[in-house]
Amino acid sequence: MSDCHTPSSNQASVVQAVAGVPTIALAGQPNMGKSTLFNLLTGLNQHVGNWPGKTIEKKEGFFKHNGREYHLVDLPGTYSLTANSPEEVIAREYILRQKPDLVLAVVSAANLERSLYLVSELAALPCRLVIALNMVDVAGQEGIEVDAGKLSTAVGVPVIPLVATHARGVDDLLQAIHMELQSPTQKERSMPDIRADHRQVRSDLEVLILPYLPPGYPPAWCALKLLEGDAEMQGLVRAAVPAGTSKQVDDILLKHDDAFLAIASGRYAWIESMLRTAVHGQRAGQISITDRLDRYATHPVSGLAILAGILGLVFWLTFTIGSPIQNALAKGVVVPLASMTGTLLAGAPFWLRGLVVDGLIGGVGSVLTFLPILMIFFGAFSLLEDVGYMARAAYVMDNFMHWMGLHGKSFLPLFLGFGCNVPAVLGTRTIESRQARLLTIILAPLVPCTARMAVLAFLTPAFFGPNAVIVSWGLILFSLVLLVVAGVILNRVLFKGERSAFVMELPLYHTPNLRTTGMLVWQRSLSFIKKAGTTILGISMIVWALSVLPNGNVETSYLASVGRALEPIGRWMGLDWRLTVALLTSFMAKENSIATLGVLFGGLTKAGLAQTISAAYSASTGLAFLTVSLLFIPCAATVAVIRQETGSWRWTFLNIGLMLALSVGIASGVYAIANAMGV
Amino acid sequence: MDSTRNTTLADLHSGEQATITSLGRGSGIQGRLTALGFTPGAKLTVMQNYGRGPLVVALRGARVALGRREAGAIQVLPLPI
Repeated sequence: MSDCHTPSSNQASVVQAVAGVPTIALAGQPNMGKSTLFNLLTGLNQHVGNWPGKTIEKKEGFFKHNGREYHLVDLPGTYSLTANSPEEVIAREYILRQKPDLVLAVVSAANLERSLYLVSELAALPCRLVIALNMVDVAGQEGIEVDAGKLSTAVGVPVIPLVATHARGVDDLLQAIHMELQSPTQKERSMPDIRADHRQVRSDLEVLILPYLPPGYPPAWCALKLLEGDAEMQGLVRAAVPAGTSKQVDDILLKHDDAFLAIASGRYAWIESMLRTAVHGQRAGQISITDRLDRYATHPVSGLAILAGILGLVFWLTFTIGSPIQNALAKGVVVPLASMTGTLLAGAPFWLRGLVVDGLIGGVGSVLTFLPILMIFFGAFSLLEDVGYMARAAYVMDNFMHWMGLHGKSFLPLFLGFGCNVPAVLGTRTIESRQARLLTIILAPLVPCTARMAVLAFLTPAFFGPNAVIVSWGLILFSLVLLVVAGVILNRVLFKGERSAFVMELPLYHTPNLRTTGMLVWQRSLSFIKKAGTTILGISMIVWALSVLPNGNVETSYLASVGRALEPIGRWMGLDWRLTVALLTSFMAKENSIATLGVLFGGLTKAGLAQTISAAYSASTGLAFLTVSLLFIPCAATVAVIRQETGSWRWTFLNIGLMLALSVGIASGVYAIANAMGV
Repeated sequence: MDSTRNTTLADLHSGEQATITSLGRGSGIQGRLTALGFTPGAKLTVMQNYGRGPLVVALRGARVALGRREAGAIQVLPLPI
C-alpha cells in the first residue's frame, strides 16, 4: 500500500503514484447507493466478513478495469466521522491507519446538502479523494441539476456523475480513479473551517497536542474532533499527552463545550457555498413522490394498515412458496438421501452409519431445508429496505415499541424472527444503541420461528383435533404477549427503564435494484449454509453421539440418562423422560423434537407417530409440551449467533437462563391450570 | 426577535416551518443530530406531527424521523406561514 501524504490546505502537494494493486475505500452515508455501487463493481468477486474485533459487517472485493486490478473495501455507511457509533470509528480509523490509496465518496445528487456532510469531513483527511455523484436521475426528476464540473472545481477533487442502479457513468468513474491514482500532484482542496468565533480555540488546541499525536493523525483534524466532543479522540489524546497538557486540554474543552455546533455550522456553511456554485433549479415547491406516498405510509392509522398488509404478504409468500419447497426438500432429498446412504453404509460399523445418516443428514440436512423459507424472507426484506420502506415501518411501530423501552428500529429484526431467529439476531445490527440492541437480541428468541411452528402444526391436530387452529394461534399470540411483557420487565431491570434516542433518516423512495437484493440473499444464504456446516454440524454430531452411546440403544443412551435424571423437572410439566429427551434434542434444531419422539416411540412414520403420542399423553401434557417447546432455550444456531453478536457469554447465558426459566415455569403453570380445569 | 414565540420542535404542527435556535443539552445525541442537518439557524418544515408518537421533519433536503422526547429538546423559532 502506498503512503498517503498530508496535503497542506493551501498548496498542491506532491504524492507518489500508486504501484501494485491499489486499495480503494468506499465511503458514503446510508441510502446513497453505496452497496449498489459496491456490488456493481465487484459482482461475485467479494468477501463478507467482520471488521477485526467488531460485529460489524466488512465487505471487500476486487475488480478489474482496462486490465488493471483494484481492491475495494466497503466502509460502513456513516453520516459523519465523529465517534457517535462504532461504524464511524471504523470508517475513520481505516482511513487514518490503513491508509487506502484512494477514498471514493458516494453522494446523492438528489440530497446533496446532507450527503456532502461526510465529504466535508473526508476532505480534511490526508488521502486521495474522488466523489461519485450518484442518483443524478432521481435528482433530475425532482428538478435538481448538479453541475459536476463546477462542484469538482469548488471542492478540488474529481466529481463523476453516476446512476449506479443502471450502471451509467461507471467507466468515467473508473477512469477518474485511475487518473487520480496516477497523478503526481494533488490539487488544492477546499476544506471547511470551524465558524470564525472558534478558530483561535482550535489553533490553541492544535498547538497543545501537536507534539504528542500518533503519526498519520492530522493535528487540525484532531483538534476539531476534540472540540466536537468526540469521546474516542479525547481518550486517545488523554493517553498521549502529559498530565499538565491534559489538564489544559480539558479546561479548553470544558469552556467550549458548545464548539461542536460551531464546527457543524462551519461544515454546512462550506456545503452551502459548494451548492451555490454547483446546483441549479431547486425543488420548485412541488410535492415529491416520497411526500405523497408518506402521507399514507407514515400515517398512524393507514401506516399500520399498510405495514400489516405488507407483512401479511411476506408471510403469505413464505408459506405458499417456501413451505412446499421445504417439504419437498425434506421428503424428496433428505429422506431418500438418508435411506440411500443407509443402504450404502449397510456394511459399515453402526456408529459410522448413524453418524452420517442421523447426525449429518438428519441434523444438518433438516436445518438446510429451511433455506428456501429464509431466502424468501431475506429477499422480501432486502427489497423493502432497498425501496426505502423499512424506515417507514420502523417509524410507524415506534410508539408500540416504546412500551419495551425499544424504538421502531427493533421491530424489523424481531419480525424476521418469524422466519428464523438467526437472521433476527443478525438483523439487530441496524440498531445503533448497544442497550437497545442487546435487549432486542435477548427478546428475539421469543418470536416463534418456522421450525417451532412446524412442531406446533404437527402436534396440535393430534391433541386438539378441530380446535388445533385456535390452540396454535393462541400459543403464538401468547408468546408474543410474553415478548412484550419480558421487554418491559427486562428494560426496567437491566437498563433501569432507559430508552435510547430515536433519530432516523427517512430515505427517498426509489425503484429497487435487483442485483443488490440478489447479492444480499446470496450472501445471507451462504453464511447460513456455512453455519449449518460448522456449528450446527458439530452440535448435531454431539447430540447424536449422546443418543447412541454407550451401546447403540436410545433408551439406554447417555441422552436417555439425562432425560431420566431431568424427569422430575419434566414432571412439573407432565412430561415423562421421552418428552423430556425430545425437548432436549430440540436444542439442536427445533423440529428435532418430533424426530426424537419418532426414534423413542420405535421409528414410527409421521402420521402414526402423531396418533401414538396423542394416545400416550393427556391433553394437558400435550399443551404443556407445546408451550415449553415454543419457549424453550434457543436452538444451537441461534445461541451461536447470540454469542457472536453480543460478544459476551454472559449475555448468551442470560438469554439461555431466561428462556429456560420462562419455558419451564410457564409450561408448569399451564399444566397445573389445564389439569385443574380438567382438560 | 420575539423570544416569547420560541418553542420546541415537538409543539409545532404539521406543515409549520421554523428555524432551529438550540439543540438542547445533555441528550447525548447532538452529534447525530448535527450530522443529520440539525444546527442552529437551519430551517425545517414539520411534515408530520400527530400530537403523539414520533415526528417527521424535512430539513436540508432530507426527511428525518425523530422521537417526541428528542423533538421536545430542540428549541425552534416558528416562521410566519
